[in-house]
Amino acid sequence: MTTDYTSMWQELGLDLAGHDALLNVLGTAYTDIYLSQKNRPEGMGYFDFVMSEVHGLRIKELMDEKAAGRKIIGSYCVFVPEEIVLAANATLVGLCSGADFAMEKVEQLLPRNTCALIKSSFGFKIGRVCPYLESADMIVGENTCDGKKKAYETLGALVDNLYVMDLPQTKTDQTRDLLKAEYMKFKTAVEELTGVTITAESLKAAIDVVNAKRAAIHRLSALRKADPAPISGLDALLANQVFFYDNPARFTESVNKICDELETRIQEKTGAFPAGAPRILVSGCPQAVPNWKLHMIVETAGAVIVGEESCVGERGTRNLTADTGTTVDEMMDAIVDRYFEVDCAIFTPNPQRLDHIQEMVTAYNAQGVIHYGLQFCQPYLMESIPVEKALEEKNIPCLRVETDYGMEDAGQLKTRVEAFIEQLR
Amino acid sequence: MSSDTTAVRYAGIDIGSRTIKLVVVDGTGAVLETFQADTGFDPMTTATALIAKVSFDKIMATGYGRNLFELSFDAPTVTEIKAHARGAWTEFPDARTVLDIGGQDSKAIALFDTGKVKKFEMNDRCAAGTGKFLEIMAATLGFDLEDFGAQALAAEKDLLISSMCTVFAESEVTSLIARGEDRKEIARGLHTSVIRRAAGMINRVSSDGPIVFTGGVAKNPCMVQLLAGKLDREIRIPSDPQLAGAYGAALLAAEAGA
Ligand code: SF4
Ligand code: SF4
Repeated sequence: MTTDYTSMWQELGLDLAGHDALLNVLGTAYTDIYLSQKNRPEGMGYFDFVMSEVHGLRIKELMDEKAAGRKIIGSYCVFVPEEIVLAANATLVGLCSGADFAMEKVEQLLPRNTCALIKSSFGFKIGRVCPYLESADMIVGENTCDGKKKAYETLGALVDNLYVMDLPQTKTDQTRDLLKAEYMKFKTAVEELTGVTITAESLKAAIDVVNAKRAAIHRLSALRKADPAPISGLDALLANQVFFYDNPARFTESVNKICDELETRIQEKTGAFPAGAPRILVSGCPQAVPNWKLHMIVETAGAVIVGEESCVGERGTRNLTADTGTTVDEMMDAIVDRYFEVDCAIFTPNPQRLDHIQEMVTAYNAQGVIHYGLQFCQPYLMESIPVEKALEEKNIPCLRVETDYGMEDAGQLKTRVEAFIEQLR
Repeated sequence: MSSDTTAVRYAGIDIGSRTIKLVVVDGTGAVLETFQADTGFDPMTTATALIAKVSFDKIMATGYGRNLFELSFDAPTVTEIKAHARGAWTEFPDARTVLDIGGQDSKAIALFDTGKVKKFEMNDRCAAGTGKFLEIMAATLGFDLEDFGAQALAAEKDLLISSMCTVFAESEVTSLIARGEDRKEIARGLHTSVIRRAAGMINRVSSDGPIVFTGGVAKNPCMVQLLAGKLDREIRIPSDPQLAGAYGAALLAAEAGA
């Protein structure tokens, strides 16, 4: 058995019984969904380890960092710039939650028709089961969709360290200025929290670290273009999920190591799936750990997912931050430019997303697109209809899925996914 | 096994939530035998008993119980969508649209000229707009399910039923009965509400041409008439609409086995 972390969890104020229950569910799901896969790259052993220690060793590392005076900042959205956090000598962890927890209590605070992601983040807080959340010195909320915006008002009463960042919803010169102003404000807030002043040097170093992490993911994504696909969509999704909370340097190194292996696999024509397996692009709402539902259903039905147009995926990692700036202000501008490109559905209009979906279909040689919408997520569900229409005009089959974290609809979803795959064969 | 294509027997089994259907065809696709049984509480026992009655060389399973069948009998499977599409298209080769309303789900399917599925829509998780909905409503109104359509057809007018949710519709119906409304008119209103939903699904996948209506609900004359009226499109009913899925699966077994 591994180390006993009970006392650490206790210190963090976790509800031990609830936390045990969550870890059990997580462990079982991981074994059933991940370890049962065939022909996995050996390098995935790293992620198996990360997942087995997701509330253990990684939290221990964070606690050690804290003991050494480093601050931990939690975020719910890819708009929170990791560069700024790292430059102030703090650590950023993703808090997006992918499982239902303490739903009855959540529904006392949020309407039932709130998306599963928001409900889950509340469930983890109310249930006191997320060590990342509990270890965070600052929790960053952001004004994105209406659901999140209003939910942060309520979350503010549950935590004492919430910082809410405003975000534009259109893309013009004025709104770019707004984003810049918000990022400058955030920079000051982080500096105040850490007592560290961000310098050109530290910001440059941070940009390099985050860019390296993104570049490793870009490399991984590019290898998914091969047929047979050298890695399953489930495994690639996991790498994209771990992106949010692993130590950045170690993550980069591990992903690059997997990529070396995948290159050999491609040469040897070794696939996670047989050559010619139907190839699917998933597009839509973020899939946070441990939300593996759609990928599992698709891949157990014999198709392979070759890309995620999602914030846990290419939308989140797409562009690098330009590293040509020499002053803090130039680099802040580069950061603003990079994040301003993120094509989240909260923007209106949002034509870049549609372009990116089509580009990804071509790049990854996908035969069809599954649009993944979380129930009650207005921005993505709204966009799913024009997305479907545009794809169909180009004779790219599209299946619009609307679901949540529960398993009640798994049978029905399976039938729809299988029929969609039949359509692609 | 004989090399004579007519001598090889291909079976399709459609394991639905209410009934299990079995069709056997020869290598040319001609129907040799058909069987049907209530699914009951233990679909695999019913399925086992059914297939024991016939001889066949290859079998393909479809319906919500297909995966269980696959595990028990190591048989290939196909979704209800592809199976119904194939069954309907084989009987009506010029059809490009299929509506299937079964016990637990309903779907609209658009086809390519080749009979391949182009696009489909399926009801979401609840029973609204399915055979189950009609069954529960028939019971609430005190009609036999077999007679439900004929009774609804006999009504002079529709009573508007606003809820599609089975639970809400049931209480709506109960209060309409209590108010002394005509049972036939309520029945017709319920049929209309199912058709409204089905028409919506069809319109999302195709806008013209004849529609093949399959599944048990296609036997209901009121549904057929209301659908034709609502969409102003020709409705075609297979010789046995309930068997379309099993028939399609048998044809696909033949195709795979050829
Ligand atoms: S989908 Fe939008 S709100 Fe959600 S993480 Fe992505 S950018 Fe943020
Ligand atoms: S999934 Fe949709 S509704 Fe939920 S937080 Fe993200 S954008 Fe908002």
